Amino acid sequence: MGRFILRRLLTAIPVLLGILAVVFAIARLIPGDPCIAALGERATEEVCNAYNERYGLNRSIPAQFAIYIGDVLQGDLGTSFRFNKPVTDLMIERLPTTIELSVAALTIAVFVGVPLGVISAYRHNSKVDVATMVGANIGVSMPVFWLGLMLQYLFAVQLKDTFLSLPPSGRLDAGMLPEPFWEKWGLPENGVFEFISNLVIVNAILTLNWDAFWSAFTHLILPAVALATIPLAIIARMTRSSLLDVLGLDYVRTARAKGQKERMVVLRHGLRNAMLPVITVIGLSLGALMGGAILTETIFNLSGVGKTLFDAIESRDYTVVQGFTLIIAVAFVLVNMVVDIMYTYLDPRVRSADA
Amino acid sequence: MTDQPATPPTKDDPDEEPLLEIRGLRTYFFTRDGIVQAVDGVDLEVRRGEVLGLVGESGCGKSVTSMSVLRLISEPGRIVEGEVLFKGENLGEKSASEMREIRGDQISMIFQQPNASLNPVYSAGVQISEVFEIHEGLKRKLGVERAVEALRRVGISDPEQRAGAYPHELSGGMAQRVMIAMALASGPELLIADEPTTALDVTIQAQILELMSELQSELGMAIVLITHDLGVVAETADRVAVMYAGQIVEQATTIDLFAEPKHPYTVGLLGSIPVAGARRERLDVIPGQVPNLIEPDSGCRFASRCQARVDNELEICWTKLPDLIEVEPGHTVRCWLHQEVPE
Repeated sequence: MGRFILRRLLTAIPVLLGILAVVFAIARLIPGDPCIAALGERATEEVCNAYNERYGLNRSIPAQFAIYIGDVLQGDLGTSFRFNKPVTDLMIERLPTTIELSVAALTIAVFVGVPLGVISAYRHNSKVDVATMVGANIGVSMPVFWLGLMLQYLFAVQLKDTFLSLPPSGRLDAGMLPEPFWEKWGLPENGVFEFISNLVIVNAILTLNWDAFWSAFTHLILPAVALATIPLAIIARMTRSSLLDVLGLDYVRTARAKGQKERMVVLRHGLRNAMLPVITVIGLSLGALMGGAILTETIFNLSGVGKTLFDAIESRDYTVVQGFTLIIAVAFVLVNMVVDIMYTYLDPRVRSADA
Repeated sequence: MTDQPATPPTKDDPDEEPLLEIRGLRTYFFTRDGIVQAVDGVDLEVRRGEVLGLVGESGCGKSVTSMSVLRLISEPGRIVEGEVLFKGENLGEKSASEMREIRGDQISMIFQQPNASLNPVYSAGVQISEVFEIHEGLKRKLGVERAVEALRRVGISDPEQRAGAYPHELSGGMAQRVMIAMALASGPELLIADEPTTALDVTIQAQILELMSELQSELGMAIVLITHDLGVVAETADRVAVMYAGQIVEQATTIDLFAEPKHPYTVGLLGSIPVAGARRERLDVIPGQVPNLIEPDSGCRFASRCQARVDNELEICWTKLPDLIEVEPGHTVRCWLHQEVPE
């Protein structure tokens, strides 16, 4: 297993390099000048030259790329032109929000989507099945921004002051500034600790701050639900069709002929085999969630990866675009690796092929 | 769960209640194209400890008959008529959970594609252990230990090792041995073997048949051996039932059937076997095709392919289905050649 992971990590390197090269080139091919974007239309040529000089933008693109790669290898993702602070700092600030949001959304999608798919397949062609699949189709085709706005309207406006009331936007109640766990524990400040403490829910649990936990949790519900809808619908449909295929196979007949309970036939013999393609879809959804939450983050006013990337592209903040794209790529690679590892766990055929 | 006493094989005693009795079984499939009458009035008896060969070409309803016995017909299929009596009890009246207690415990099945019949994600030992877990309430660990014993009994060398093997690591013959071990794990009184050797190499076929015969005489269970291979039947079965288009057309002891086939279809089947040493220009074949089982004609199902009908100028074959009647003791035939034609 260790060798397998190592091999996957090594093969990821050229992929990441390739992605960096493409993003690097594309960022510079978009019309527009970072100097103008940062300093305004009236910036004089001299000012711009100085600006370009300062950020190394006056060099040739290949030279810039070489320098950038060298820096990245040392863990330096550059400095944001716009915020004038290191990209890594921006990540420490903003990546946790997206991680919390994506994980919450994926949890909802998996724990609702898979059971719905199973019930649908089990009660194939029944009313439950039809209702679920119609629901799934609506879910897939529903625009996220519309759903997000409707959820806000319903839970934050219509149901305001009821027990179902949920906050419309933001990450925490206004004015709430929970103490980071490292400060409480008397640990020195460093990037990793700060990153973890920016995972608001995790930090609240670590510091046993239940007010902050509840606030963070309720703030997360609406955006997570909005973001979960599409992957949930895809996972439900995928589970259903995959399980239906499997339930028609010979070994399922064998399980029934053994006298196994129908529930066990479906769960033990059907689902474990049917999950293989579903896990691939789940992995791809997580990758997509990491990068694709732009609309959700904008509507719910969360500054996460999606929103940062969108703003960075607009202001030609090259280093931020590159850095955050790299993070998304790394997330994809890692998630796919986890998917592959789960495959080897679930399917002995893959296991022996890799041994 | 196993409350039945160990009954000694009594295949020679015809007065005894049969182990399995199928009466007027009709299993239809309600498809979009129409009602497929896959099994249309099958009567069959299996006595304790005997091997009954159920023979017929693909699609004649052999497998559907056996799946109907275990009530494992799934949508859009349905048993529309008839009863299945196992040890005198009507299986059609059993509840779902009573049926599950019978499956894999008193009546077991093995199938045609052994590798595909085993779940790819569980080891052989675990899959056999499941039988003990279901029917004897054993825990996994103990079940796997018993599975090793079961594997040893079916002649698998190094059973401890093999119990941990996954289906894709097993050859076809090995997988079928695992299936047999699983089917016999709970000491069933009836084993339904649905084309158990069809997907295997000829040498392996012989080994598997040998193994089944050995275990049958050792354990005394009855076997329904479903096959399209008359050679397999000749070697192993005590009695043979020939099926055609969803119906039994002839039933006799193996010796009688091979010596004196009565139904033109059986005659045709026997004629189509190549005989080693006998040089023939071409094999005899039965002309034509199996009839469509969606709303078949009211006459004999074999009429359109029957040379005997032409030779004997029988017109009734087109319009009226002959009954399955006993022409000699223990030899029944469904054919107008062998019964009086009503005016």
